[in-house]
Amino acid sequence: MKFTEEHEWLRVEGDVVVVGITEHASEQLGDIVFVELPEEGMTVSKDDEVVVIESVKAASDILAPLDGEIVEVNDVLADNPAMVNDDPTGDGWFFKMKIEDMSVLDDMMDEAAYKKYIG
Amino acid sequence: MTDGLDRTVLYDLHVELGARMVPFAGYEMPVQYPMGVMQEHLWTREKAGLFDVSHMGQVILRPKSGDVADAALALETLVPVDLLGLAPGRQRYGFFTNDAGGILDDLMIANRGDHLFVVVNAACKAADLAHLRKHLPDGCEVVEVTDRALLALQGPAAEAALVGIAPDVAAMRFMDVIITDTIFGPLWVSRSGYTGEDGFEISVLSDQAEALARALLTHADVAPIGLGARDSLRLEAGLCLYGSDLDPATTPVEAALTWAIQKARRAGGDRAGGFPGADVVLRQLADGPDRLRIGLRPEGRAPMRAGTALFDAETGGSAIGHVTSGAFGPTIEAPMSMGYVSAPLATPGTPIWGEVRGKRLPATVTALPFRQATFKR
Repeated sequence: MKFTEEHEWLRVEGDVVVVGITEHASEQLGDIVFVELPEEGMTVSKDDEVVVIESVKAASDILAPLDGEIVEVNDVLADNPAMVNDDPTGDGWFFKMKIEDMSVLDDMMDEAAYKKYIG
Repeated sequence: MTDGLDRTVLYDLHVELGARMVPFAGYEMPVQYPMGVMQEHLWTREKAGLFDVSHMGQVILRPKSGDVADAALALETLVPVDLLGLAPGRQRYGFFTNDAGGILDDLMIANRGDHLFVVVNAACKAADLAHLRKHLPDGCEVVEVTDRALLALQGPAAEAALVGIAPDVAAMRFMDVIITDTIFGPLWVSRSGYTGEDGFEISVLSDQAEALARALLTHADVAPIGLGARDSLRLEAGLCLYGSDLDPATTPVEAALTWAIQKARRAGGDRAGGFPGADVVLRQLADGPDRLRIGLRPEGRAPMRAGTALFDAETGGSAIGHVTSGAFGPTIEAPMSMGYVSAPLATPGTPIWGEVRGKRLPATVTALPFRQATFKR
């Protein structure tokens, strides 16, 4: 699993990358009550705002971690946004994206580096 | 202290209980405990929540004559509430108004036999004290209570948790106030709160506050609750937050708080008017205000938070007001907002639209509260 400074995780599954937020991020956000997901098939650029999360505290944007195409979204979150708190790195994933060059993942933080990053 | 923030006497207990502390009204206060805002909210509705509200101001208004009526009449010059008609051992909600009829603060006022006891908002307490000292006659002494903490115990299990410490609370009804001696010293108890639940607000000597809080927390049904859940609880209950839903530019009539202005203070009443801005408030009572506070239920799950602009159409149309409080209601399991709209659109059932992230989303004007209160009347 790879991590961004925006507290997203990325996991390669075959030829797609699954994206969600880290446990640390879900704890910081608090109870999540609403998730707005992007359209499947949408082409996104790195740092585009692709997901909106509303927690009991505030709204937050989740940015596209890479350039690519959204190929699948986790529709379950529309009715059960608390899944993000319950299982942020498993069933609480946000979307899957196809990227051109998987090698860009090599430059991202691994778990040890991310743990150090959040201190 | 950090950044000049004050702490309540329960600060160390909050930290010990794992609270996340945030700045609020000049104090470091617990916004949540490890349970989290959503569960704390639900816990309070199902069991009992213990809140530290020691940052609020406690003030005694003591008439030198010894006749509480003198204090009542003095305070009536600043609030549009019937205080002469407030019986001993009873409490009423009220607000200070300014010369334009706007609300300077909202407060609770109790008749304690030979004096009045009032509780005001933390952020306003210095201004409120100055206001009282400036305008009340010399015959009415204004004494800030600085040696007491304030706890709120709210929820269906509140009575069971408190009655072992203070047996007299069992006989209290909503808005009763008593002074009762306990092993934690004299407690000033009111059967009221800010959650829409049955419950109590308990003023306790500062040096006994932690012991009392710990004793209450030993009850299996009592959990500490932070400001986060306090906000969603009060919003579900349709209660206003001063500074968000009420401010100096908003009159009690616009704020739909006319129920707190009793007949005696209205046109034709025994003591009609006689408070700052009475001309404006009485005129609005007669003619209706231009805008009104409403409840709002957004469709879907996205909350419409404070500041959300409201419109009378999905496209085009006019801006008709804005949201002043908005959150997700854990008990109603839906987003909820309060706000102000032009009066003709304030009728429950009226469809309106809120602009969230550039999109106008549908919502419906809804009667308040979002959840019915469970007071012991």
